[in-house]
Amino acid sequence: MASDAMVQKMTDMMARFIGYTGIILPDDVTAKLKELRAKEDNPLAKVIYDTMFRNQALAEEMRRPSCQDTGAIQFWVRCGTGFPLINDLAGLLRQAVLRATSDTPLRHNAVETFEEYNTGTNTGKDLPTIWWEIVPNRDDCEIYTYMAGGGCTLPGAAMVLMPGEGYEGVTKFVLDRMTSYGLNACPPLLVGVGVATSVETAALLSKKALLWPIGSRNPNERAAKMEKLLEDGINAIGIGPQGMGGRYSVLGVHIENAARHPSAIGVAVNVGCWSHRRGHIIFDRELNCTITTHSGCVL
Amino acid sequence: MVEIRNGKKVLITPVSAGDLKDIHIGDIIYLDGSLTTCRDVAHRRVVEEGRPLPVEVRDRAILHAGPIIRPLGEDRFEMVSVGPTTSMRMERFEYEFVRETGVRVIVGKGGMKEKTAAACREFGCIHCVIPAGNAVVAAVCVEEILRAEWRDLGMPETLWNCRVREFGPLIVSIDTEGRNFFEEKKIGYNRRKDEQIEAISAQVKFIR
Repeated sequence: MASDAMVQKMTDMMARFIGYTGIILPDDVTAKLKELRAKEDNPLAKVIYDTMFRNQALAEEMRRPSCQDTGAIQFWVRCGTGFPLINDLAGLLRQAVLRATSDTPLRHNAVETFEEYNTGTNTGKDLPTIWWEIVPNRDDCEIYTYMAGGGCTLPGAAMVLMPGEGYEGVTKFVLDRMTSYGLNACPPLLVGVGVATSVETAALLSKKALLWPIGSRNPNERAAKMEKLLEDGINAIGIGPQGMGGRYSVLGVHIENAARHPSAIGVAVNVGCWSHRRGHIIFDRELNCTITTHSGCVL
Repeated sequence: MVEIRNGKKVLITPVSAGDLKDIHIGDIIYLDGSLTTCRDVAHRRVVEEGRPLPVEVRDRAILHAGPIIRPLGEDRFEMVSVGPTTSMRMERFEYEFVRETGVRVIVGKGGMKEKTAAACREFGCIHCVIPAGNAVVAAVCVEEILRAEWRDLGMPETLWNCRVREFGPLIVSIDTEGRNFFEEKKIGYNRRKDEQIEAISAQVKFIR
């Protein structure tokens, strides 16, 4: 049983971490944006990249959220069965969101469905979202945080293809989404693709794919090949930063896959914007933490 | 009014149709003066409910945005972070909105379509993009929040009437001739997309 002091401590740490991820981008995203900026030569693309870097510098200096849309906050939790705060985790993550919302501040992004009013607290029914993976025989807890704005949430789509449509159908599904919705989703985009059986299995995998470090490769050789093909293919479309034209349109393409029913190919696409505000923090049973995404973050 | 300031083309509200006639898609401009955040529900109220907008936007600018605001007490507010939201969501309302309100400059994110382009051509207004996700760059251009109306809509959807200085960079995406930067770009994007689908498909025939 966790003590109140430990619950309080983890709540504080998570509130500060959430706030931090709204202000400073992950190291890998910053590095990738620098790389892409150097490779663009058209003047409009350069103006846009310059604005981005000026913005991130101002956000850090003024300690303000770098993008006003701080998302409906999501957590992917991989929690050991022996983690002492496992019973308190859902409640404390909600508290941490409340705290981060007033302290940072974050935008009030929770609208109760059907009643259709903004709760004004950035929390609501089943929001923040928590996805659980329970890990046997471990006593630590890994938490991925994600602030996805509305713009990069809109392109999300899933469907079930007939096997006859094959991976060619997967390709078309993903690329069609890039030119219809991707332009407005703040490119260069991180593209997550899930390939499985049904809409929800594919959709969850497509979200998970957005949480890995930029440029991660699927361990399956064919999936990795397809990641590279999609990456080069979407870049070749020429969408560029903000959809206004450029040589590079993506931060990367990540595919997550699971075995499928013989009669169905579930496919989903989820995108992250250039301001890809994901965080990854690991707590041990004493609440010592390791942050893998933000080297400058001290809680 | 238009002013060239340190090499920057700055629109100063009130803006006339004549001020916009030499501004074309792809141009980069800046804005001084009155800018009001205005998005989904506010558009719906004006167009579907026929309610008058409680902030004057005639010959002024709106921003498709939902900011983060810090209350300072005594009904004063600070603009913490503000950036554009997807303009396309307002496409279905924008023609009537421009006709009813007389707004001259619409700032948002991404493209808009035929209805907005028709409004720009007929009523003499422009749509511009401010590079999105750059909410601090935009917030520091806000000198003061003058009024907050329709607060029942919550922080993102309230009409925040701001006085801005050199708000930008604004990239013109629809001009008063009705030319549409994104729609013109999309022709090339779609052609290259089809080529890429074909090229990739030939290499992913994993089911045999």
